[in-house]
Amino acid sequence: MSLDKATVAGIAHLARIKVDDDRLETMVGELNNILGWIEQLDEVDTDGVAPMTSVADMDAPQRQDIVNDGDCRDRVLANAPAAADGFFGVPKVIE
Amino acid sequence: MSTLTDLTLAQARDKLKSREISSRELTEAHIVAMEDARDLNAFITETPEHALTMADAADARIKDEQNGDKIGPIEGIPVAIKDLYCTEGVQTTAASHILEGFKPQYESTVTANMWKAGGVMLGKTNLDEFAMGSSNETSYFGNVISPWRRTDDNAGQIVPGGSSGGSASAVAARIAIAATGTDTGGSIRQPASFVGIVGMKPTYGRCSRWGIVAFASSLDQPGPMTRTVRDSAILLQAMAGHDPKDSTSVNQPLPDFEAALTGDIKGLKIGIPREYRMDGMASEIDDLWKQGVKWLEDAGATCVEISLPHTKYALPAYYIVAPAEASSNLARYDGVRYGLRVDGDSLEEMYEATRGEGFGDEVQRRVLIGTYVLSAGYYDAYYLKAQKVRTRIAEDFRNAFEQVDAILTPTAPSAAFAAGEKGDDPIAMYLNDIFTVPASMAGLPGISVPAGLSADGLPLGLQVLGNAFDEETVFRVGSVLEQAAAFDARPAKWWGDKS
Amino acid sequence: MSDTVKAPEPQLIQGATGDWEIVLGLEIHAQVVSNAKLFSGAATEFGAEPNTQVSLVDAAMPGMLPVINEVVVEQAVRTGLGLKAQINNYSVFDRKNYFYPDLPQGYQISQFSQPIVGEGIVHVELADGSVREVGVERLHLEQDAGKSVHDLHPQQTYVDLNRSGVALMEIVSKPDMRSAEEAAAYVRKIRSILRYLGTCDGNMEQGSMRADVNVSVRKPGDDLGTRAEIKNVNSLRFIQQAIDYEAQRQVDIIEDGGAIKQETRLFDAGSGTTRAMRSKEEAHDYRYFPDPDLLPLEFDDAFVARIKADLPELPDDKMDRFQAELGLSHYDAGVLVAEREIADYFEVVANGRDAKIAANWVSGNLFGLLNKDGTAITDSPVTAEQLGGLLDLMADGTISGKIAKDVFEDMFATGKDAATIVDEKGLKQVSDTGAIETMVDEVMAANQDKVEEYRGGKDKLMGFFVGQVMKASKGQANPGVVNQILKNKLSG
Ligand SMILES: [Mg+2]
Ligand SMILES: [Zn+2]
Repeated sequence: MSLDKATVAGIAHLARIKVDDDRLETMVGELNNILGWIEQLDEVDTDGVAPMTSVADMDAPQRQDIVNDGDCRDRVLANAPAAADGFFGVPKVIE
Repeated sequence: MSTLTDLTLAQARDKLKSREISSRELTEAHIVAMEDARDLNAFITETPEHALTMADAADARIKDEQNGDKIGPIEGIPVAIKDLYCTEGVQTTAASHILEGFKPQYESTVTANMWKAGGVMLGKTNLDEFAMGSSNETSYFGNVISPWRRTDDNAGQIVPGGSSGGSASAVAARIAIAATGTDTGGSIRQPASFVGIVGMKPTYGRCSRWGIVAFASSLDQPGPMTRTVRDSAILLQAMAGHDPKDSTSVNQPLPDFEAALTGDIKGLKIGIPREYRMDGMASEIDDLWKQGVKWLEDAGATCVEISLPHTKYALPAYYIVAPAEASSNLARYDGVRYGLRVDGDSLEEMYEATRGEGFGDEVQRRVLIGTYVLSAGYYDAYYLKAQKVRTRIAEDFRNAFEQVDAILTPTAPSAAFAAGEKGDDPIAMYLNDIFTVPASMAGLPGISVPAGLSADGLPLGLQVLGNAFDEETVFRVGSVLEQAAAFDARPAKWWGDKS
Repeated sequence: MSDTVKAPEPQLIQGATGDWEIVLGLEIHAQVVSNAKLFSGAATEFGAEPNTQVSLVDAAMPGMLPVINEVVVEQAVRTGLGLKAQINNYSVFDRKNYFYPDLPQGYQISQFSQPIVGEGIVHVELADGSVREVGVERLHLEQDAGKSVHDLHPQQTYVDLNRSGVALMEIVSKPDMRSAEEAAAYVRKIRSILRYLGTCDGNMEQGSMRADVNVSVRKPGDDLGTRAEIKNVNSLRFIQQAIDYEAQRQVDIIEDGGAIKQETRLFDAGSGTTRAMRSKEEAHDYRYFPDPDLLPLEFDDAFVARIKADLPELPDDKMDRFQAELGLSHYDAGVLVAEREIADYFEVVANGRDAKIAANWVSGNLFGLLNKDGTAITDSPVTAEQLGGLLDLMADGTISGKIAKDVFEDMFATGKDAATIVDEKGLKQVSDTGAIETMVDEVMAANQDKVEEYRGGKDKLMGFFVGQVMKASKGQANPGVVNQILKNKLSG
């Protein structure tokens, strides 16, 4: 399959990346090139093969239910581009 | 001074311990070298004051040792840290505009381990943006230059490989005794091969990923970049260990890696994978590989041909899995809590402008690919398929390691290339990792050891792969190769103060 | 349940073209009771200052990683067992990717294709005694999002991440409900079960329980219609209002020749209406995939068995036992098991006492005063032990039932024990036959005419005499003794 410009624009929007129109054109070619190359995977017989879900062959470790973190608002907000009144600020959202 | 920067980690460690040299003088020599080598653009952030404070503390501990104070395994050693590791209070950028100025309020587990072991931080090294690249040409902070040049081209700039290109150049140019890298599809081993140093990717889960900017979570693994295999073993010892903060960190006792360097590989069976002999591969690579086989056999190992049938599919599968994970891992860079924010009239405009400006071309390319392969209707055809292929690749290795103890391959299909040479063809660039990616997909350990020079005088590496959590065999075989190859070429100094 | 299951009547909407049936499915988000968050060690308490219960993990700082809280896993399994559901020993955490300022990672860690709990069943009883079986499709664990505050700043939305990463159980029902009443009863029942289990506090005002309501309409017997999802409705009344409004809206659209859009809608409590959400309007593509930072969640049967062994008695079982063993009526049992705290209270009162009397006192006198005061049973000024003490005084004849009511009001006001109040106020019932005989004599002397009438066959006057004697004793005479003495003397 081949991606067209509108599809790539849609993907860029889904990824929340602004791509200028001229670069979008280039991007369409590049992505199609990469996807075309990737399609050689179709040659591999994967019938009945389980997808790899984790590289590490072990059980998921679990934490105890103890409060030992948080309560560090200054550190949480230290790098915020727009923090005020103890909150992160973003452009107004209308639901 | 120059002799201080020539010391290996093991040598410096011993001289520090016997108090023949101090960490301060060792560190000062490296700071001078760092400042002198700015032409290489190996560092994004230099931290000389930090380094001297840490060096003095190390000296104090060494001095106190007779009072029973414990000194760490890398006490007083100046190292460089890939700028993907979060370092408390020190700018951490991942070489991206989107994180410019970000000062983490925390220290990555691996670097924290290293500081506990006595390490001294010289600075944060340059890399491909978010570790996405194989030539260190995608950094927002400019390309890293290799200290190496082709014999027939005195002015041409060579890439150090990527993504740990800054660390590679820093170690090769003797700015840092050792450095950390991260390896997702070859980002430690390939640059190590390009600059003639040792690069080691441990088994997935051996080193904690906590506090390291994530690229592809199921593949990322921190590891050491050094000038010798022994140094690699020493540094990995200081970096690795179980971390309860990383669910994929393995709770297994850490072997004594340095002790594994017995030099004895008699009776070991080494696999030579048929599928790594690629069409159009430079004959000098194939020759070096054959030489490697001979070296190992001369040392008493038996080399046998093996088959890893899905090798050729590892790279395309990787270019689904890694971008998919990256597209999700990089969603947090949204201009809300840290890093760059480009204002917009609405929330959505703010997001799109921030990420449009904040991410460079290669990152955008991979985020878009990753977004696409996970999107509705394509997940099964791409992501799920790739993860099934990945199972096949892991099976190949599992079968192989039932017959052999380690695997020998070239590290990269070519020597380093000139900057800009592969700039406009992403796939040509991706092919750099063709020999490193399969083991990454299977989570296995591997080391690149410098083994020779190309016809135009650039380093070439050989790769040893091992079974999961058998870094010891990897190191042991790697050190035998190292001895046999006796690689002692070093780049002629063309940068900074030429005296 | 032991009662014969009588299916309820569907709630039909009379449209211009005939009757319409409402089809409802609910997704309940229930906050898991735990000290710390699902994947971080930050606290979960309600009402803290903004961003003070946020770890670097919850704020999705670069390189931060999730590690699962073991108690949350147990709570999910416990809840699954309480819903009589399939427990999946192997489940997977996935990332649900979308951008929103209250979602710091840019994805929510949730469970998509392999949830921790599979199908279950819930019995929902309606006011008329009919019972609906509502299927549970699944229960999965996921992270809560932070909170966006839109009204603190003219140009900005403020983001508080205190809730970010708090563990939620999402309980997804099958589209098995057919009326707003059933939906509310279902939520009430789920809430009751979770509170019995101690896995969610069920506090809807604080947002510990919210429901997404899927509403569609169809002609009876037709296939399912297109549904609208009404997000985050946070009270039982609102759930009913939202359904009533939305179902009618859909019928009107279809009858006007329109089509229902599959969309997300918001309930406006002020107007009782629903409206399409303005943001998040574009088609969602969540790009689910297994979270590579986490390993699949696995546990063995022994782990499940251990949790099962510790399960409390659940409302349906309690209901059966209250009827079968304690002889309570279906209605009384239903009232007493609805809330775990009430059942617990009742069981202490009933322990070793007459269960029916205990039930009457709890659901009658106690509830009366609690409701009047707006006090929860857990804050009752009269403890279950104290109420039991009062019933004991009645049982052994120390006080009469009538006096007991007064004593109880006193207990409620003062928190004192019944015996103390009876002592202090000298309310002990008089059983001394001598004293009562004197009072009987006096009453008979004062009412000679009535004595004659009684002796002439007007038996009914007995009540009059008893009343007079009780009045003379200020209610403290033992009515049994009074009766006996009167009978003797009047006939004599
Ligand atoms: Mg939902
Ligand atoms: Zn949910």
